[in-house]
Amino acid sequence: MKHLFATTALAVSLVAGHAAAEDTLKIGYVDPLSGGAASVGQIGLNHLKFIADEANAKGGINREKVEVIGYDNQVNAQTSLVQVQKAIDEGVRIIVQGNGSSVGVAIEDFVAKYNRRNPDKHIVYLNYGAIDPVLTNEKCSYWHVSFDANVNVKMAALTNFIKDQSDIKKIYLIDQDYSFGHAVADAAVKMLKEKRADIEVVGNEFHPLVKITDFAPYVAKIKASGADAVITGNWGQDFSLLLKAAGQAGLKVKWFTYYAGAAGGPTAIKQADLAGQVYQVNEGINNLGYPEADKTIKAYIDRYKDAPVVFPRIFNTAGLLFKAVEEAKSSDPADFIPKLEGMEYKTFSSGGDGFIRKEDHQLFQPLFISSFGPLKDGESFDEENTGWGWTKIGEVAAKDTVVPTTCEMKRPG
Amino acid sequence: MLEIVFVSTINGVLFGMLLFLMASGLTVIFSMMGVLNLAHASFYMLGAFFGFEISRHIGFWPALILAPILVALIGMVVERFGLRRVHRYGHVAELLFTFGLTFVIQQVVEMVWGRLPVNYVVPPSLNFSAFTIFSTTYPAFKVFELLTAVAIFVVLLLIIRRTRIGLIVQAALTHPDMVGMLGHNVDRIFMLVFGVGVALAAVAGVIAGPALVTQSNMAGLLGPILFVVVVVGGLGSLSGAFAASLLIGLVQTFAVAFDISLADLFGPLDLDNALGDYLNDIWNVTIAQVAPILPYLLLVLVLIVRPRGLMGMRDT
Repeated sequence: MKHLFATTALAVSLVAGHAAAEDTLKIGYVDPLSGGAASVGQIGLNHLKFIADEANAKGGINREKVEVIGYDNQVNAQTSLVQVQKAIDEGVRIIVQGNGSSVGVAIEDFVAKYNRRNPDKHIVYLNYGAIDPVLTNEKCSYWHVSFDANVNVKMAALTNFIKDQSDIKKIYLIDQDYSFGHAVADAAVKMLKEKRADIEVVGNEFHPLVKITDFAPYVAKIKASGADAVITGNWGQDFSLLLKAAGQAGLKVKWFTYYAGAAGGPTAIKQADLAGQVYQVNEGINNLGYPEADKTIKAYIDRYKDAPVVFPRIFNTAGLLFKAVEEAKSSDPADFIPKLEGMEYKTFSSGGDGFIRKEDHQLFQPLFISSFGPLKDGESFDEENTGWGWTKIGEVAAKDTVVPTTCEMKRPG
Repeated sequence: MLEIVFVSTINGVLFGMLLFLMASGLTVIFSMMGVLNLAHASFYMLGAFFGFEISRHIGFWPALILAPILVALIGMVVERFGLRRVHRYGHVAELLFTFGLTFVIQQVVEMVWGRLPVNYVVPPSLNFSAFTIFSTTYPAFKVFELLTAVAIFVVLLLIIRRTRIGLIVQAALTHPDMVGMLGHNVDRIFMLVFGVGVALAAVAGVIAGPALVTQSNMAGLLGPILFVVVVVGGLGSLSGAFAASLLIGLVQTFAVAFDISLADLFGPLDLDNALGDYLNDIWNVTIAQVAPILPYLLLVLVLIVRPRGLMGMRDT
């Protein structure tokens, strides 16, 4: 009797679990939710929750309710794989991750292997921010889609801008000592040589990741080198401390950055009082005057007042995913990935044209070069309550950001 | 060359004094109570956030006084109701207790102030450049930081060596029973010492907060280097911690300034095999690249060659 009862309970729970899985679209968000990088990871999760709530308010995607589940990976590749497995066990088939290229490579490998071994139950890895070029070149995979422009694409846009700045003669490179930092430095050296052979690279410095408290010695070196511009891929506290040290020492150079707009960056630039000296290249800023984006940004900032940082790349990721799921009328990755290939899309920040290249699953989108300073007339969004905001300086259309790929993709079947 | 040496020296001294500011409280607690307080950096963080909150409402200078007092009160409560109870179970229990405390404090800070950096700025009265050398400006705030560190060092040294309180405190460490017999309340002395120790951490927090980044992970990022200072200086030696802070500040700053690798000194390696490739990587690493790990190398060397540290009184 007892045995029969247990079996029945199991059967009932299995049926219930199955039914629940059918009418929810589960997104597993695998990023740091504790430890040093948690502030950035939490912001990403806030974005997805906001997007899911908006979609559900409109009746869901294909009438399926969108559910976002956070998995804490502590920016550690090994932990990430455990968490991805856990997500799969809980019925998740869409993995979203963006912080750390080393983590990205590990997940890409894992997902490809998993799909090979489970030919009737596929999962997909949507990468909104790991931008080491290796992910869409040597290691590219059918089950991975990259939604942020990679290091080389962004550097091409930056160097095109620098090319026309005739007052820049000497450039200093300072980056974090890991795969991403080296990719930035290598791309800078190569592209500067092609585009402006007269520019001298007066320093190519690497420092350990999030270990430095005092950047004064590095700033002294930049100063001694006579550089008039610095290119850096630094983010987080490595960016904040570097700029504050520069402000204190009175270093007057132009800063060309990848992540000045990430959490904490704007506060540091304001404190260092570097108005108009810091540039960033990314997929979009708040003050582009595109009404649809403005509406969403406002709603988002109202909801998350204590972390008012907007990542357009996550809106793009979710927008493309939902579009593909609706077109395929299925939330099975095997069904909707073919729809993503070659898909055209109006990007979040400006409504500009973007598309996903079939060969390597890289999204190409308009890129913006912007500078940071006190808000000008007609600009409504400041960053981190500093009263300063981003102003567009230049824009590169998606078709002009296309770089070749070496990807030889293995397709299923 | 002269410019680099000069600027590096100043940067090194400034950084060294910041380190001492942070490590002094840790040394005080260890030398007088024999407790290695792993949560020290967390109290430093509390000081920074209290300083931020108070200076937002009534200004930086009141914050410099009030924040450490608040943190000292919290510290004394922790000592009275937590540390004192686990004390009788020995050092491991103490370590685990303070280790756990770091997580509690971090969670509380995240609940109150969030995970993003807060906008803690240098007070207007110190926001000007004190002097300019070789076209590099040095903010008055950093000079203030240096002066505070030196003042704390001198005052602490005088109290410990020259006053009755210092005498009783030192006696209580080695002969608690005898001091108790003589009519002193040893428990209360320990509670006060712990309070003063964490108050010093809070002073460092209030001052370093605007210069560095005030956010909920600042404790974890700073923790390890403080232990290097205390161990290299000699566990429990205030003068040792002072010397070690300066040494570490200077070593790290000078190392960053020099892009010299083994290849520059001895010429390139001529080995055309797998081993050669491997060695080449090491051969071409510059001093600047390894600068941030030099303090830890120093820690290992000191523990091997001179376990008591530069000026320590006993072997660790």
